[in-house]
Amino acid sequence: MKEAVFSVLSQTLIARDTYRLTMAGDVSAITSPGQFVQIRLDSFFLRRPISVCLRDEDTLTLIYKVVGGGTKALAELPAGAKLDLLTGLGNGFDTSKSGQTPLLVGGGVGAAPLLWLCRTLVEEGKKPAVLLGFNTAEEVFLEEDFRAMGADVTVVTMDGSRGKKGLVTEHLPSPEMYDFYYTCGPAPMMKALHGAAAHPGQISLESRMGCGFGACMGCTCQTKNGPVRICHEGPVLESEAIVW
Amino acid sequence: MVDLSVNLCGLPMDNPVIPASGTFGFGHELASFLDLTRLGSISCKGTTREPRFGNPTPRIAEAPAGMLNAVGLQNPGIDVVLREELPALAKVYPKPVIANICGFSIEEYTEVAAAFDKAPEVGWLELNISCPNVHGGGASFGTDPGLAAEVTASVRAAVKKPLLVKLTPTAGDITAVARACEQAGADGLSLINTLPGMRIDLRSRRPVLANLTGGLSGPALFPIALRMVYQVYEAVKIPIVGLGGISTAEDVIEMMLAGAAAVQVGAAGLRDPKAWTRIIDDLPIVMEKYGIEKLSYITGGAHQ
Repeated sequence: MKEAVFSVLSQTLIARDTYRLTMAGDVSAITSPGQFVQIRLDSFFLRRPISVCLRDEDTLTLIYKVVGGGTKALAELPAGAKLDLLTGLGNGFDTSKSGQTPLLVGGGVGAAPLLWLCRTLVEEGKKPAVLLGFNTAEEVFLEEDFRAMGADVTVVTMDGSRGKKGLVTEHLPSPEMYDFYYTCGPAPMMKALHGAAAHPGQISLESRMGCGFGACMGCTCQTKNGPVRICHEGPVLESEAIVW
Repeated sequence: MVDLSVNLCGLPMDNPVIPASGTFGFGHELASFLDLTRLGSISCKGTTREPRFGNPTPRIAEAPAGMLNAVGLQNPGIDVVLREELPALAKVYPKPVIANICGFSIEEYTEVAAAFDKAPEVGWLELNISCPNVHGGGASFGTDPGLAAEVTASVRAAVKKPLLVKLTPTAGDITAVARACEQAGADGLSLINTLPGMRIDLRSRRPVLANLTGGLSGPALFPIALRMVYQVYEAVKIPIVGLGGISTAEDVIEMMLAGAAAVQVGAAGLRDPKAWTRIIDDLPIVMEKYGIEKLSYITGGAHQ
């Protein structure tokens, strides 16, 4: 964990209520895709945990959805605004488990942390397939970013307004097409995926958090190996360890 | 040079700042981020006889000038704390720590306290009779002066180390509970624990917290805690550890003027983990500004 002040470089509305925020600052503590940062906002007591979408040499990209007052205040910050971040939080995805053809399944804003994961897997010479689920066409984002990394991308919308119609679990590749999966999205989606997938995977969970660094026990989740802190031992857990 | 040292129930401390129980775990995991050795002491996570998972999530909610928590005393149980957590903390923090003790019966409090009493890492015992997030334990002992005295006396008879009792602001008359604990043999008092509150989610129209209610902490609590420390200082002779919403060095001095011999800092550190040591860094500057040479001399100064 490291505390650092970041400067907002840009904020772009990329889908309905969904913003892409790029910041400059000390990213040295952010070591693994799937980690998150805790953002301090002046008018709110608790920091807001947001997963890392991309980490580059001196910049950090986050994608978040406006769901309440905190994220609304974040969306209103102009370029040049300063943000106090706790960085390098959580464990991140383990790419050593991926096999040659991992499947990445994102639901809604849960697609965000999979982008850096996808880039890392491609850099490791693997061939990820990406399956992104959204409610409707207006909410779709990152499709082209994943494609630009060389991934095979399938978009699914609940109402069929973009890509294939239905749930991501109705459009899973056949078992021989992937070895392992990584997912981040709504809990019901991830639970259904765990049930439908032919192989094990890693699941990124979210929770309301107090501290984000393992001190307060506010985000504990029960697993087959005992209680874990989503902010510290997680947010990425093995699908098989979760008590669904 | 100003003097930050204080004395709590006969044990000297380099400064009066202590991370509050439940906000710092067992401390050792923060050693890579904070210089723990700066801290006056550490009040460890509340410990029960058996391991406890605590309450279902969500356990945390935002509040104006603070937060709600309903963790529900998650802890690995006394055996694991003695065998693993305290030795791990002692490797990075050589000073005496405060063992925070929770229970659901007088027997449990007494048994856990007696086990901690033998631990070399422990300087003080802090009896938590004020947790608002468990049923049948915690605050049910702290709102009744008779029960508070009974549990204090039982633990007192079983331990040698200085015994603090942590009080709840939900007591009808906190000074009556404070006096009862003093008469039953408490060496000091910590106050206040969190104040029960609630938030409701507008989308689901249900309480945010799975436990429905949770304890309010953070700056919202500060004037209430200050008032109670002030009142309890007039009611008892034993030292008081003041806590509730302290976020700055100025807050520490205000709390000590109200009657605190030492202070605990909780929610401020969850928002800003550097706050635990920044407050200590700031204390000499603020002391010089207000003409304070020796911090311990100001305890209760507002009463003169």
